Amino acid sequence: MTGFVTPKLEYVALLPMLIIFAGAIIGVLVEAFAKQSLRKFIHSLLTPTTLLLALFQVFANKDLVTTNAAINSVVIDGPVIIAQGTILILTLISLLFILDVDSFAPEASALPGSEEERKALAIGKQQTEIFPLLLFSVAGMMLFPAANDLITLFIALEVLSLPLYLMAGLSRRRRLFSQESAMKYFLLGAYSSAFFIFGAAFLYGYSGSIQFSQIRSAVVGSSGNDVLLLIGIVFLSVGLLFKVGAVPFHAWTPDVYQGAPTPITGFMAAVTKVAAFLAVLRIFYTVLDGAIWQWRPLLTAVAILTMVVGSVVALVQRDVKRMLAYSSIAHAGFLLTGVIAFNKAGLESSLFYLLAYGIATLGAFGIITLIQDSQGEVTDLNRWAGLGKKSPAIASAFAFFLLTFAGIPLTSGFIGKFSIFSAAYESGNIAVVVVGVLTSALAAFFYIRVIVLMFFTDAKDATVTVTLPTLRSSIAVWGTAFLTLILGVLPNSTLSFIENLAIFTR
Amino acid sequence: MLESETLVVLIALPLFSSGFLLLAGRKADKWGHLFATAIAGSTFLLAMIEMFAMVGREEANRALYQKVFTWISVGSFNVDAALLLDQLSICFVLLITGVGTLIHIYSISYMSHDPDRRRFFAYLNLFIAAMLLLVLGDSYLNLYVGWEGVGLASYLLIGFWNKKPEYATAAKKAFVVNRIGDLGLSIAIMVAFAVFGTVTFKGIEEQANSASQGAMVAIGFALLLAAVGKSAQFPLQSWLGDAMAGPTPVSALIHAATMVTAGVYLIVRSNFVFDNAPIAQFAVVIVGAITLLFGAIIGMAKDDIKKALAASTMSQIGYMILAAGLGPIGYAFAIMHLLTHGFFKAGMFLGAGSVMHGMSDEVNMRRYGGLARYMPITTITFGFGYLAIIGVPPFAGFYSKDKIIEAAFNLGGAKGIVFGSITLLGAVITAFYMTRLFMMTFLGKKRWSEGQRPHESPFLIWAPMVILSLGSIGSGFLLYSGKRLEYWLKPVVDKGGHKHEEFISHATVTTMALTAVLIGVAIAIAKYRKDIPIEAPEKVSIFTRAARKDLMQDQINETLFMRPGLAITSTLVKTDEKVIDGLVRGVAQVSLGSAKGLRRIQSGYIRNYALLILIGAAALIAAIWVVTL
Repeated sequence: MTGFVTPKLEYVALLPMLIIFAGAIIGVLVEAFAKQSLRKFIHSLLTPTTLLLALFQVFANKDLVTTNAAINSVVIDGPVIIAQGTILILTLISLLFILDVDSFAPEASALPGSEEERKALAIGKQQTEIFPLLLFSVAGMMLFPAANDLITLFIALEVLSLPLYLMAGLSRRRRLFSQESAMKYFLLGAYSSAFFIFGAAFLYGYSGSIQFSQIRSAVVGSSGNDVLLLIGIVFLSVGLLFKVGAVPFHAWTPDVYQGAPTPITGFMAAVTKVAAFLAVLRIFYTVLDGAIWQWRPLLTAVAILTMVVGSVVALVQRDVKRMLAYSSIAHAGFLLTGVIAFNKAGLESSLFYLLAYGIATLGAFGIITLIQDSQGEVTDLNRWAGLGKKSPAIASAFAFFLLTFAGIPLTSGFIGKFSIFSAAYESGNIAVVVVGVLTSALAAFFYIRVIVLMFFTDAKDATVTVTLPTLRSSIAVWGTAFLTLILGVLPNSTLSFIENLAIFTR
Repeated sequence: MLESETLVVLIALPLFSSGFLLLAGRKADKWGHLFATAIAGSTFLLAMIEMFAMVGREEANRALYQKVFTWISVGSFNVDAALLLDQLSICFVLLITGVGTLIHIYSISYMSHDPDRRRFFAYLNLFIAAMLLLVLGDSYLNLYVGWEGVGLASYLLIGFWNKKPEYATAAKKAFVVNRIGDLGLSIAIMVAFAVFGTVTFKGIEEQANSASQGAMVAIGFALLLAAVGKSAQFPLQSWLGDAMAGPTPVSALIHAATMVTAGVYLIVRSNFVFDNAPIAQFAVVIVGAITLLFGAIIGMAKDDIKKALAASTMSQIGYMILAAGLGPIGYAFAIMHLLTHGFFKAGMFLGAGSVMHGMSDEVNMRRYGGLARYMPITTITFGFGYLAIIGVPPFAGFYSKDKIIEAAFNLGGAKGIVFGSITLLGAVITAFYMTRLFMMTFLGKKRWSEGQRPHESPFLIWAPMVILSLGSIGSGFLLYSGKRLEYWLKPVVDKGGHKHEEFISHATVTTMALTAVLIGVAIAIAKYRKDIPIEAPEKVSIFTRAARKDLMQDQINETLFMRPGLAITSTLVKTDEKVIDGLVRGVAQVSLGSAKGLRRIQSGYIRNYALLILIGAAALIAAIWVVTL
């Protein structure tokens, strides 16, 4: 009798993701049933607890390796463990800012400037759906690098993206701007998803399977010049490169980073990158490795373009969030050199870079939430002049993060850049390294310009103040600064931890 | 080697005290100087205890070693912060802490009117700590820390009265000139590490015999450069005269007795390097010979009592360096002269300070004269130092200088005659300028103005001078008799037990040396018995004029180094402005221009963004098609 066979699931391996999904669903139930006034309190306990539980479980799973966690569709290996751990840690940090600042609209459904909005503001309402949305997104991000077939990969991509589209539109201030950016993000995201799914279809057409392992054996066995395969590679890449914000698929980044609530911008910049890059690394290292001579030149061109455009356009930005957006584009370019390297060092250094960059990014965006006037955050760089005199501690922390982005020694950014460029150099991609180093130098200019502005220019604008950070955001700011310093001065234990785990399982 | 747990206390005590006094602020003004003196005294006591313990041990067990902590551990490069107290370093430790303590006591009274007395004492303690580290370090790198530390203390103390710009300049000059020497030390350390893979004295000594000649010569010359800078030897001697801007106790401690002799210590400590690099060793002799004459000639023409003494210090250290360059026959005598010199020169500097104290800080000897009647104790203690330095038996300098002259002659051959004669000539000149100094200051008619009221200094000032004068009398015989110091140092500086050939008998040398002294003294008496003009005469020979100007050393430095240096810097600045900045500005212009262009893509319209993505995808397809062709 060939009846229904219960699928075999490895619950332990899936547990971290299941915990997050469960937390998210409980969060939705809280939204449905708990009293309005209690919701934020419940979420403020539920969300971190969920994330911490998942983090412990990820750590407990760290020696687990399986490709069969859920009928061949999920793979758990060292890089996945590191990625999931990094995602959870970074989310926990960004949660400190999300909880702390009322950056979110009181009632998203109310029209901007309407009577309802005013009422909602008056009674102190807050859109607390942000917390379950965050958890859903995190769950998607954890699944994204663990996907072992094209359908799972696509579903994970959508699960992580859809909540982000929503969250981007939830800014409390300048709501129209925020909603516009959310709309852009959504439309372009849908557009790139179309490319992605098209690419998946071509790859299926080429190999006759959605399984990574079978696509791989089809690629390895061929000359790699099949039209179906090539178009599949390109379209799939477009979808993935859109998510990491590589040029020319980056156009949404500055607009969305600027419009989204700042804590969410930080979350997107730091955490989404981890998930997206891990997926990119897995696809190119373990699925399409047979076609390296086809995709490597493409990615090299994209990486060079990304580094150059990101660094050059950042030079003329007058808004700190837009500047950091371009900086994140440039960093995506640096990270692509780790993909191009196509060796173990490339994987290790990418993992380290993602962690280091994510921590510093969260710290930097967290500080932006603290720089305010009566209308809310001040992101115009001109108005940051003289900040170093008004509040030296916060300005110094921000300066430190900028130095990290610039890759100055004794910061984690230096170790990250150094190791990722070394990996690319080892693999013989010298042109990319040269461009990387030159654009790093160029990028240092606009980072240091901000430092000069903060410390050596007199304040023109007395209305800008630094809100007194609460305990939570103090912990977040100084904690990220401390971690950045530690990863810069004593990176060895982290590096060797990554080194031991960074082996893809096919 | 025996392990010790307590060596570090010697350094930690004054270091801690220095930091404490600097941080304690004005509250400690009342007792800071006493605290610092007590600390210096305790280090001296500790040093005495170590000394007696060491004498009590078997010769093989005399050296003590203490690893304080692992300093650097990078791959094959391992340096421990470790201390080594052996027969050589104990001599220095005793000299530094002993003379140091006396000078602390002296300074209590000497600096009593200075509002910053506490800071002064903090610096003195800092100096003691750094100097002790210098002589106790077990590796060149540890020595280097002390070396820089004494440089810092010296800088701070020369410029102690930095409200006067020329004093601050003098401090800077000393610092800059010393940097050149320090460069030598750091090069020596790097070469030593590259060649031997270690920087400890022990580690290098073990491999010294098998090392290449080139490496040894390179290290030797680099070390010599370091010694030349720190010990104010030719050609880096120009800073010492200006360093007299510091308070007189500083001149006595740092610029006469201890720090300036660090170069001698370095060479004697590095005996295993120089013994294996004869060329470098010979260069040491030449440097010593030149400097001993150079300093002596300058000393003849100086009217400033402190500058005359400084020139004499330079010359006497020249003797030590020369002796150290003679190899195993000379090391012990270099150290012996260093120790006796420590006593008599420090004593004389303190005497000069006492004179200045009684003469309202007048330093021009032409405005002294006949002070013996007013300052009997100063005169007598200074007189002992004077007899010691010119080498009259049985005073200290007689034994130590005599042995250096003898050793120089014993080089043998033409070399022996040349260097022996130079040391003898030096002895003549030394006797001349010291007699001149003594006569101009203490004897003859009074030449000071009516307002001056010369008087003897208080107890706290003269007591240290008395103690040091005892050293000027007895230390030479004590160290010399029964070859005491020679045997004591043998395990450190003369392990091979070299045979010393004798080309000249001891009696001959003594006779010649005493004759030299007599000649010098006689000329001086003949010349300065007459009245001495209050203003320095203008019509003098070109040699005198040159000597008054320190033999043109500043002018030479200015023409040879400073002017070309300035020219190079200004050229570099111009290159930087025109070429490099121009390039940078050009790159910036291009970048900004392209940024403005690229920015237009960012129109804000979704349709444009979507088109961009489409174009990108199309371009990638085109590219991959090209790649696979």
